[in-house]
Amino acid sequence: MNSFSSFVGARFPRAVTLLAVTVSLFILTACTREPDAITLGHYASLTGKDAAFGVATRKGVLLAIEEINAKGGVLGRPLAYLVEDIQSKQGESATAVKKLISRDKVVAVIGANASANSLEAAPICQNSQIPMMAISSTNPRVTEVGDYIFRICFIDPFQGAVLAKFAHTSLKAKRVALLTAVNSPYSVGLSAVLRQDFTARGGEIIAEQKYNEGEKDFRAQLTALRPLKPDVIAITGFYAEAALICLQARALGIDVPFIGGDGWEAPQLIELGGKAVEGTYYSTYFSAENDAAEVRAFVKKFSARWTNETPEAVSALGYDAVYLIAAAMTNAGTTAGPKLRDAIAATKNFPGVTGQTTIDEKRNSAKAAVMLTVKNGRSLFFESVTP
Amino acid sequence: MSEFLQQLLNGLSLGAIYALIALGYTMVYGVLRFINFAHSDVFMVGAFIGYYLGKLVPENTVWGGLVVLLAAMLGCALLGMIIERLAYRPLRGAATLNVLITAIGVSLLLEYSGQVFFGATPRTFPAVFPSANYAFGSLVISSNQILVIVVAALLMVALQLIVYRTKIGTAMRAVSLNPKAAQLVGVNNDVVISFTFGLGSALAGAGGILYALNYPSIDPLMGVMPGLKAFVAAVLGGIGNIPGAALGGLLLGTVETFVNGSQWSTYKDAIAFAILIIILLFRPAGLLGKFTVEKV
Repeated sequence: MNSFSSFVGARFPRAVTLLAVTVSLFILTACTREPDAITLGHYASLTGKDAAFGVATRKGVLLAIEEINAKGGVLGRPLAYLVEDIQSKQGESATAVKKLISRDKVVAVIGANASANSLEAAPICQNSQIPMMAISSTNPRVTEVGDYIFRICFIDPFQGAVLAKFAHTSLKAKRVALLTAVNSPYSVGLSAVLRQDFTARGGEIIAEQKYNEGEKDFRAQLTALRPLKPDVIAITGFYAEAALICLQARALGIDVPFIGGDGWEAPQLIELGGKAVEGTYYSTYFSAENDAAEVRAFVKKFSARWTNETPEAVSALGYDAVYLIAAAMTNAGTTAGPKLRDAIAATKNFPGVTGQTTIDEKRNSAKAAVMLTVKNGRSLFFESVTP
Repeated sequence: MSEFLQQLLNGLSLGAIYALIALGYTMVYGVLRFINFAHSDVFMVGAFIGYYLGKLVPENTVWGGLVVLLAAMLGCALLGMIIERLAYRPLRGAATLNVLITAIGVSLLLEYSGQVFFGATPRTFPAVFPSANYAFGSLVISSNQILVIVVAALLMVALQLIVYRTKIGTAMRAVSLNPKAAQLVGVNNDVVISFTFGLGSALAGAGGILYALNYPSIDPLMGVMPGLKAFVAAVLGGIGNIPGAALGGLLLGTVETFVNGSQWSTYKDAIAFAILIIILLFRPAGLLGKFTVEKV
């Protein structure tokens, strides 16, 4: 119904539009009195091993939606929010997105955290012409699926370059060893760029050891790395394995710094790793310790909404994603897929809490990265890096 | 050389855990001739009992650790006996396939009730035993690794003694040999089978605690992979044979660790399972198993 009236509005003179709107309002009042809500869909792992990301993202998304609704919504209509739990399982994302699009008629989809999940769902959004905004899926292939697929975060090549520069310049490392989760496209991609950029800077990747996500024993790989005496070890996978790797490495007497990407960002890293993750560094999109005014304001609102919790990077990304889509809807004047897509693609210097976001021609977000370090059981802002 | 020794040590401590779980599979198989697939989930429950109890006892004390270990073993023994009473006993005398499928059902029931009651997010297992690392040159051994190997060895010896030196052990072997004849000479089969399940599940509980101490991230599906590996270890050593299960576990853990530390780490499981296939081609009954013709 709504897409019909806005479609008419785009093509016909004002009087006809008015007539059409009156007619459609007449029909609408028969069923509902309130203006129809604009539904945003979200698929995320709310349970399972990646739950930390999904739950934190959902909190940011929900905060943004509540704020927008408190200010009167978008295009005079409130935003409705539907989330599907993909349970950290492969194969669930496709089902969840099909359901959101065909049954719940969402106008835009907020994507998953892990690249593997976004890659599953992206073709479905593309075919249904529903814009999808991935949250922290940094693998370049995600947005290559098609022109309806965007992301609010930076991409692996960017993050790999940040890590390479950080290891080379800030940690003064010459010899770096890699630990890659071979069944994660994210980890494989990040390792590849890190290897390339670090070598280009004159450093040396002395070894690459592999593991699978979900494994718990990494002593074999670490024992193989130990005699090589690397300056820095980069773990390009996720927090659960990273924490166990740090624990087992410290037990084996390996005391070099560990570095990683945004996959490390979760409270469980410190809870699980304890003392072993002290002095490690990881790159991410956002630090709640940042002094910028918009970050301080966001942190305040977030902890008021979610009983004193500090926002994670993915919470901030989720928050920005909603505002960016809402701004695009206002600019497009409609929620119809193709128009909304064009409006999102045209985003320039959108002021978000994760920095100024510009959507580039490959539908990626360009923004700066921050490096965090773990100190006394907390992740602290270390420095901001642009490669 | 030191790398080789370190890998050997890593492999042995991983293998000791596989061996502990494998013992449970092999014991139940030895007595009842069926694979109790719920065994690996009893292992998971053991770790969770330890997780909740570990918060009550003071951390990093030997007695606290022992209390947790014993309580988990006791809790799992009880759970194993309840499972046997409710799920398997009604099927006594039915075709093996029915019992096998029930076992898979119980396994799934435990895994997914675990997700409901414990939550699916990984939990951090508390450090219930004091831990330290000892270095001999470049060879580093953690107290948890020593603990795993020592406890596993002690439990295996105790098991061997129970099976071969006690009255109930004799009864177990009698039931294994011929249940009808055992009943005729006055063995209460139900008690013996219940005891077997309790004993096997207690070992799984101990395995769960030891596993969680070494890899302190636990979740309701944590038993699936170690369970599968332990099952392979039991088959490798000769299913139904207690020293065989121990040998199979140690062998599998060591091979896996060495492959993992090499450049072929991606093929870790493939190589471990290829070895299983090769051994079974040459010794169809496993390393220590005796080949018997199945009477139909």
